[in-house]
Amino acid sequence: METVSEQIITRSEILPIRTQIDLVHVRQRVRTWLSEERFTLIDQTKIVTAASELARNALEHGGGGQMEMSLLAVGARKGIRLKFSDQGPGIVDIAMALKDGYTTAGGMGLGLGGSKRLMSEFDIQSSPGAGTVVTVTRWK
Amino acid sequence: MERIPILRIGSLLLVTIQVDLYDDLALQLQDDLSTRIAELGATGVLIDISALEIVDSFIGRTLANIAAIARVLDAETVVVGMQPAVAITLVELGMSLPGIRTALNVDLGMEYLRQAATGGDGVGTDHYAE
Repeated sequence: METVSEQIITRSEILPIRTQIDLVHVRQRVRTWLSEERFTLIDQTKIVTAASELARNALEHGGGGQMEMSLLAVGARKGIRLKFSDQGPGIVDIAMALKDGYTTAGGMGLGLGGSKRLMSEFDIQSSPGAGTVVTVTRWK
Repeated sequence: MERIPILRIGSLLLVTIQVDLYDDLALQLQDDLSTRIAELGATGVLIDISALEIVDSFIGRTLANIAAIARVLDAETVVVGMQPAVAITLVELGMSLPGIRTALNVDLGMEYLRQAATGGDGVGTDHYAE
């Protein structure tokens, strides 16, 4: 009989996203974990960059929030999952927000679409008035 | 407030970013460089980012803004030392930094700026393009 490996969370941590300095801490903490878990340098760079974009979104658009970072294991396979939550105004048109170049804050409009490209899995839950939760995962 | 030092070598300005760039620090650098270029009549700006572990869209945009402001103030900007992993990530993110001149290291960047200042190289020749 085939054994299906369950997804296990082996490690977890929550970081606040309230200030620009928190963004720096988020980047450093994600980098430390990835380095400890021996992700390749290119993977580390992609994941930390995605974390920076999504944390900034939570700060600029969501008025701050938090990031929950979890280390996942499915059998021998490891991954990292980052969940960004804010209690901001939410996103009316998610498809539009994912398009490159779409911006409401005068930025480049690359944050969401770019992060999606940098990670293996991307999920966004948002509705007007209910805040936004973006969950991204990258497998080793 | 914390500031990134700007060194002057002749008519060139040299910046080595060796700290974690938070957004206001990047904007402060943009303001400081603009002021120094005008004050000193600098002809070139070299920004060494070899110690930067990531360049996200905000930092990328700030570098592009610095280059654009410098150009309006009659100075060339060259960004040097980008780590390969950072380059790969930036392009995947969707930012290929158009409008920013890059060089692999400080030596090549300085050479480019010196040539640009003396009117050598291809700098400023695009008015023949029409």
